[in-house]
Amino acid sequence: MTVRTRVALKVVVWAVALTPLARLLYAAWTDDLTANPIEYVTRELGDTAIRLLLASLAVTPLRLVFGLGWPVTLRRLLGLFAFFYVCLHFAVWIVLDHFFDWRTMTDDIVKRPWITVGVAALLLLTPLAVTSTTGMIKRLGGTTWRRLHRLAYVAAALGALHYIWLAKKVLIAPWVYAAVLLVLLGIRAGDAVRKLIRRRRPALA
Amino acid sequence: MRLRYSDVTPERWYLSRRELMAGAAALAVVGATGGGAAAATPPAGPPLKATPNPAYRVADAPTKLEAATTYNNFYEFGTNKEDPSRLAGTLKPRPWHVQVDGLCAKPRTFDVEEILKLAPLEERIYILRCVEAWSMVIPWIGYPLAALLKQVEPRPGAKYVEFTTLKDPEQFPGQKPGFLGLGSLDWPYTEGLRLDEAMHPLALLTVGMYGQVLPNQNGAPVRIVTPWKYGFKSAKSIVRIRLTDTEPKTAWNKAAPQEYGFYSNVNPTVDHPRWSQATERRIGEFRRRPTLMFNGYADQVASLYSGMDLKKNY
Repeated sequence: MTVRTRVALKVVVWAVALTPLARLLYAAWTDDLTANPIEYVTRELGDTAIRLLLASLAVTPLRLVFGLGWPVTLRRLLGLFAFFYVCLHFAVWIVLDHFFDWRTMTDDIVKRPWITVGVAALLLLTPLAVTSTTGMIKRLGGTTWRRLHRLAYVAAALGALHYIWLAKKVLIAPWVYAAVLLVLLGIRAGDAVRKLIRRRRPALA
Repeated sequence: MRLRYSDVTPERWYLSRRELMAGAAALAVVGATGGGAAAATPPAGPPLKATPNPAYRVADAPTKLEAATTYNNFYEFGTNKEDPSRLAGTLKPRPWHVQVDGLCAKPRTFDVEEILKLAPLEERIYILRCVEAWSMVIPWIGYPLAALLKQVEPRPGAKYVEFTTLKDPEQFPGQKPGFLGLGSLDWPYTEGLRLDEAMHPLALLTVGMYGQVLPNQNGAPVRIVTPWKYGFKSAKSIVRIRLTDTEPKTAWNKAAPQEYGFYSNVNPTVDHPRWSQATERRIGEFRRRPTLMFNGYADQVASLYSGMDLKKNY
């Protein structure tokens, strides 16, 4: 892939990833954030975060299934944008929803499993964002870094659970995210099993 | 030299002040002639005359009409808040009949036009508290549900009232079966009250709001409003009211029994399993405000529940 193509792809990711935020800002400007703006903004930011996180996790499955190599150049960007939206989602909860009412928020984190897993997902994503630089990859070494970054799957699972537990049971959207995540995880698990079998076969022969 | 007011005040300022005073005068006249809370909002639907009932008012300003008609939970239209206003045109609130039957001496079917004339229409400003921890202040139009129930003469054995919402996927697109049969409630939507709750003067048979005929997305043509209970207890677009001796099955209780009980009284001390009910966000306000016992109507309804464990009977 030429440098030019890579830059072009990254520009597209920037544009796509920033569109939801731009739409929210425009809606805020035109007073079009629904009758319950805080709830609406929180939900839009959360939705965008889990979509971007799933997109970043689709990179390896795309290679395994379709042999596509180029998405890997976008993975860090997608992951960091997912983290960016998770942070905004969390900031809205702290500032707009609860206005720094730490007591209530702490109570909620302890008492409400869907908030507990949401905060856990944020905490899991933080070291991944911190170690996303090329320097960090070198310092940790490829194997350690890869193992650490598998936590992204755990964070996505917690994110999906967060949505399933908070939403009314009659809503479909949370289950769609969970299903997509299961497919992505299934592809990686299938690949791991295949590799394991291939590695064992010579030993048996 | 003497300065005149016109020398120091630009013309556009004193003109706008005059308009302001004229506007204030007009508002005062409307207030005095009984326009009430509805007068401040431009009418969007056909007007409906009602006399404000000063016994049922709240100090808080009414929620903007636009918010009350575009931010709705009415799953018959869809599960998103904007679905009801977007799809409201599919519902045909005329002609409309309400069957009132069950354990009563004179069961019969009422035409909605007849329901409109059974008792004098009152405007009552109630607080609507949604189980999702938001609230609105709404000037409803209607009369006590008791007036309708008395028409059919409930029998002594009647202990409960069941309300049934229209089931018609052509008029309510949200009732169409979803993907894999997932996605919504069991239709028709049913709700219920104990007979003494239904006969309570606060329980309002509602046909309008904001000085207008009830908009489709708010439960046209006839709904219940029980302001001391979470909003979902107030059945909308009612086609049947049935008196019974057994506690009716209710739609949300069937969908999630641990989360929505039969009573569903507003109670800041009994949390929803997934969130606190101690505070609420008033639509149009920024900070959460504390939720009041029975949504602030404790003086009027607490006696209905004396001796009951409200944590068990949530």
